[in-house]
Amino acid sequence: MNTATAAVDTLLYLNGVTVSFDGFKALNELSLIVEEGELRTIIGPNGAGKTTMMDVVTGKTRPDAGEVFFRGTADLSRLDEAAIANLGIGRKFQRPTVFENLTVLENLELSLDDSRGTLRTLFAQLSPDRRDRIDDTLARIGLTAQRAQSAGALSHGQKQWLEIGMLLIHDRSLLLLDEPVAGLTDRETEQTAELILDLAKDRTIVVVEHDMAFVRSLGAKVTVLHEGSVLAEGSIDHVQNDPHVIEVYLGR
Amino acid sequence: MSELPRGQRNSAWGPGFWAGFVACAVVLALAVPILNLWVPSNSAVALPDYLVPLLGKYLCYALLALSLDLVWGYAGILSLGHGAFFALGGYCMGMYLMRQIGTRGVYGNPLLPDFMVFLNWKELPWFWWGFDHFSWAAAMIVLVPGMLALVFGWLAFRSRVTGVYLSIITQAMTYALMLAFFRNDMGFGGNNGMTDYKDILGWDLHQPSTRLGLYLVSTTALGAGYLLCRFVTISKLGRVLLALRDAESRVRFLGYSVTNAKLFVFTLSAVLAGIAGALYVPQVGIINPSEFSPGNSIEIAIWVSVGGRGTLSGAIVGAVLVNLAKTWLTGAAPETWLFVLGALFVATTLVIPRGIVGLLHSARWVRPRATAPLPAGE
Amino acid sequence: MRATAITRAARATAIVLTLLSAALPARADEFATLVSALGADSFAEKEQAITALGKLGDGRAVTVLTSLNDGRLLKAPDGRVLVSEATKLLDPLTGADAPDLKADALDRIRVNNRLRGTIQGALGGLILFSADPAARLAAAQDALRYPSADEAALLEKAIAVEKDPEIRAAMEQSLAAARLVSGTKQERLAAARRLGTTTDPQIKNLLDEVRAAPDTDREVRQAAEAALASINNRLWLVGLVANLFQGISLGSILLLAAIGLAITFGVMGVINMAHGEMIMLGAYAAYVCQQFFRAFLPPGWIDAYLVLAVPVAFLFAGAVGVVLERSVIRFLYGRPLETLLATWGVSLILQQAVRSIFGSPNKAVSNPSWMTGGFDLIGGFTVTWNRVVIILFCFVVLGVLALILNRTSFGLQMRAVTQNRPMASVMGIRTARIDALTFGLGSGIAGMAGVALSQVGNVSPNLGTIYIVDSFLVVVFGGVGNLMGTLVGALSLGIVNKFLEPAAGAILGKIIILVAIILFIQRRPRGLFALKGRTAEA
Repeated sequence: MNTATAAVDTLLYLNGVTVSFDGFKALNELSLIVEEGELRTIIGPNGAGKTTMMDVVTGKTRPDAGEVFFRGTADLSRLDEAAIANLGIGRKFQRPTVFENLTVLENLELSLDDSRGTLRTLFAQLSPDRRDRIDDTLARIGLTAQRAQSAGALSHGQKQWLEIGMLLIHDRSLLLLDEPVAGLTDRETEQTAELILDLAKDRTIVVVEHDMAFVRSLGAKVTVLHEGSVLAEGSIDHVQNDPHVIEVYLGR
Repeated sequence: MSELPRGQRNSAWGPGFWAGFVACAVVLALAVPILNLWVPSNSAVALPDYLVPLLGKYLCYALLALSLDLVWGYAGILSLGHGAFFALGGYCMGMYLMRQIGTRGVYGNPLLPDFMVFLNWKELPWFWWGFDHFSWAAAMIVLVPGMLALVFGWLAFRSRVTGVYLSIITQAMTYALMLAFFRNDMGFGGNNGMTDYKDILGWDLHQPSTRLGLYLVSTTALGAGYLLCRFVTISKLGRVLLALRDAESRVRFLGYSVTNAKLFVFTLSAVLAGIAGALYVPQVGIINPSEFSPGNSIEIAIWVSVGGRGTLSGAIVGAVLVNLAKTWLTGAAPETWLFVLGALFVATTLVIPRGIVGLLHSARWVRPRATAPLPAGE
Repeated sequence: MRATAITRAARATAIVLTLLSAALPARADEFATLVSALGADSFAEKEQAITALGKLGDGRAVTVLTSLNDGRLLKAPDGRVLVSEATKLLDPLTGADAPDLKADALDRIRVNNRLRGTIQGALGGLILFSADPAARLAAAQDALRYPSADEAALLEKAIAVEKDPEIRAAMEQSLAAARLVSGTKQERLAAARRLGTTTDPQIKNLLDEVRAAPDTDREVRQAAEAALASINNRLWLVGLVANLFQGISLGSILLLAAIGLAITFGVMGVINMAHGEMIMLGAYAAYVCQQFFRAFLPPGWIDAYLVLAVPVAFLFAGAVGVVLERSVIRFLYGRPLETLLATWGVSLILQQAVRSIFGSPNKAVSNPSWMTGGFDLIGGFTVTWNRVVIILFCFVVLGVLALILNRTSFGLQMRAVTQNRPMASVMGIRTARIDALTFGLGSGIAGMAGVALSQVGNVSPNLGTIYIVDSFLVVVFGGVGNLMGTLVGALSLGIVNKFLEPAAGAILGKIIILVAIILFIQRRPRGLFALKGRTAEA
């Protein structure tokens, strides 16, 4: 009962979440709270459980134990991916996954917050205000010129942006970004940081990242994961001076 | 704005498309009756009566190929059990035709088909009730394959059985049905199936005019099926299908129900296959369990492959061409047919993975779009 | 068949019986009387004489009775009875020539079907004394069919002179059956107890009749019931063991068919629909080896053909596999559905090619003599050697394969290539070569499976299609990429199949299994022994 009340005020609430694959614990009693409107960065070495954490939140992986609540009421451990997405949680994958055989514009069209019902999509028509919305988003992610290109023909950075645009257009309240600057040039990384800061003004964002310079440029609260649970939490300077974190990153 | 989906749809249903469609429909629907009825039979271009049901059979195969292309080419579901839906539609029609024989059977039993009399059955099994009415049979032709696809698909897609696994269990499905229909006590004529039909809706099946009528019905069904499939693939749902074919989990994270989308096309496709089977049976005059054999189902995939999957017209072209070749070769040099068919399987996948129509598209002879591009990797 | 076998055995033992009867001179006259009684006019008299001759235990009776049966027993006008043997007429009493008579002057002694039956019965009793142990054993078992007091008397005599313990046991069992229906109360009770340890359905029927007969003594009835219960227990046990063995046998065949697939599909991820044809090619390799031995090598060597067939099939199917990988499959990596279609095409071509070369009819491959026959595991169920050898062979193949995969550098390289191709090639592994060899290995094992299949059935061009669906189901059921899963999958499918068959019939059983697996895959889409985790989601 008291967990439910504790969870009500927070946007995302994870308590004692454990996931194991054949005996290996990818998440070990992970507890994490993300407040409404927050920009949070999550770092940690390979195998720390960052991606698994995202899998749990988006319904791709069911936790073996623990509870996951969204806005205090929605039990994410019981919903499937589509239902969770329709609650307003969007995810960007580590490897950019856009629909390569659809055009940029069609990618965005599918991401609009229209009805997802199968029969509705069969008879769906694109209204003028939806078209305007697509145009706005295209401008925001800088892909107006590539609108009719198939997404597979975009550069790596453009795909990353398209994917962010797909999250953006739906007006989701929580975005999970898995390594949004992996493989980008410095210039593109800078632009991405600006885009994320801009987006963070009116929504909650959780960013998983390796690139410390990028994390620093976001200037947000940092959570360090290690072996499936939280090792440290605080500002970037705070965690970088934490002896446990130094040991994990530099030691061995 | 012309590249917006709305605009695309308009061009997809634009005058260019309709001109092409109507031209093909007119050729198929008019040329055959004219050549068959009004051209003197000694003329070189005259179409002899026996060829009419053969052409009708090709059109049924084309509709079957179209139904497979809808699920395989657009949603990435390679069903190796579509022959089962085809055969079930065929059996429903066969049951109606058996009941129409009435007392004209060898045993002259007004109620029981010959094979039941032969098996010493005393009464009609319950699942044969109603098949003396065409409307009931017609409903079953749609419902039986549709329900099987709905239940099977629901089980499979809900558990996220995809790719090759799905192909294998659909193959197992048709294999199991084949074994079941081979049994005499199933009540569908066992090994021999059902044959010796007399008439359909009162028209004598041996009359050339009835056969011509069936041919025209097949043409209409194929045309309607094509328009329906085109409507689905050009809709937003069509884009959802293309998207899930390439990145299924991404579609889920966007909030679409992959299960429902797949279930919809799979069921629709099964219904089309069932209708194709129902039209096929009166034209070839027999239905038996071999229609369920896994080999038949996989052959449909090669028709689609040859024509070009993800291009609805390709499925039709492929089905007709491969079957023309089959008819000709099994007559001219029977032992070579399997070599040719086998070589077709290998060659289309290795050399022309986009099929004939896909080749034409990439050569820009036909305007692109409205066809599904091939996925980079399955 | 049976009648001539009995006749032949009877003739072979006539001498033994003659010696026996020489020790019983008092009966010599009786024999002469009975023989002349065969010439009587009425069939009833003849029948009496035949039955009496059967009980006499006189070896000369064999010749007389077989001649009578064959219509070669003649009657002279003076009442003498003679045997027509080739061109001569013989006196059955002395065996001497009777040159004074002409065959066409004599009448043939006629028999009807009823008499023929009686003759066979009488001869059957006499064969209990045969010199041929196989014939004696057959006769002892055969005696079970005519339980009677006479039979009991005859069996008692036979047991007294029988040396072979196995035949003796069979005779005692038949004797018990005879006593059960004809003995004194004490004898009947003892017989019922004795029969409770058997499994023969004939005995079961006999006990059932005794139990159901209205005039049976209460104690005897109870003893019969107890014996029946004991037989039913044993039959249940035999059925269990039989199903288990046949299940393991089918499972081992499925396993052999699926092991190769576990490599090409499980390890490499290649859907090879021509896998069944690799099996078929292996079976034809066995056939060719057999024909080669028959045609070119001394007849004594024929039993060794199978030893040659295994490596030949492995190498041939493996070579075809390598060619297939290099020419088709390597262009289709990462496109499983297209691989499926292309290899299906290859399977059609291979089938038609074999059909063109060898013709469509089935070819018989015979078991070498060391694989024929079997042994009785527990009363009433025979384990055949060919199946035992296949089970052993299957486990040897699995063991060797596990060693190759886990203990050799080829196995290590193979696993490296399948898990991370770019990394493996960076580390200097020639990935293309490993691909070809791995595929060749899987195909070669399929070839050996074909040799095993040739030992339990005929070889035909569509042999492979019978096993392809099953093999895929085994691999999918067991979990892809897991030899242990394949083993468990194959054995459990085989055993479940054999236990379902008697209950549901072969076809319905198969359908039930197919449906069960389809449902199972819905629950566990990655099989029984699925890998779990992020990597498995790819």
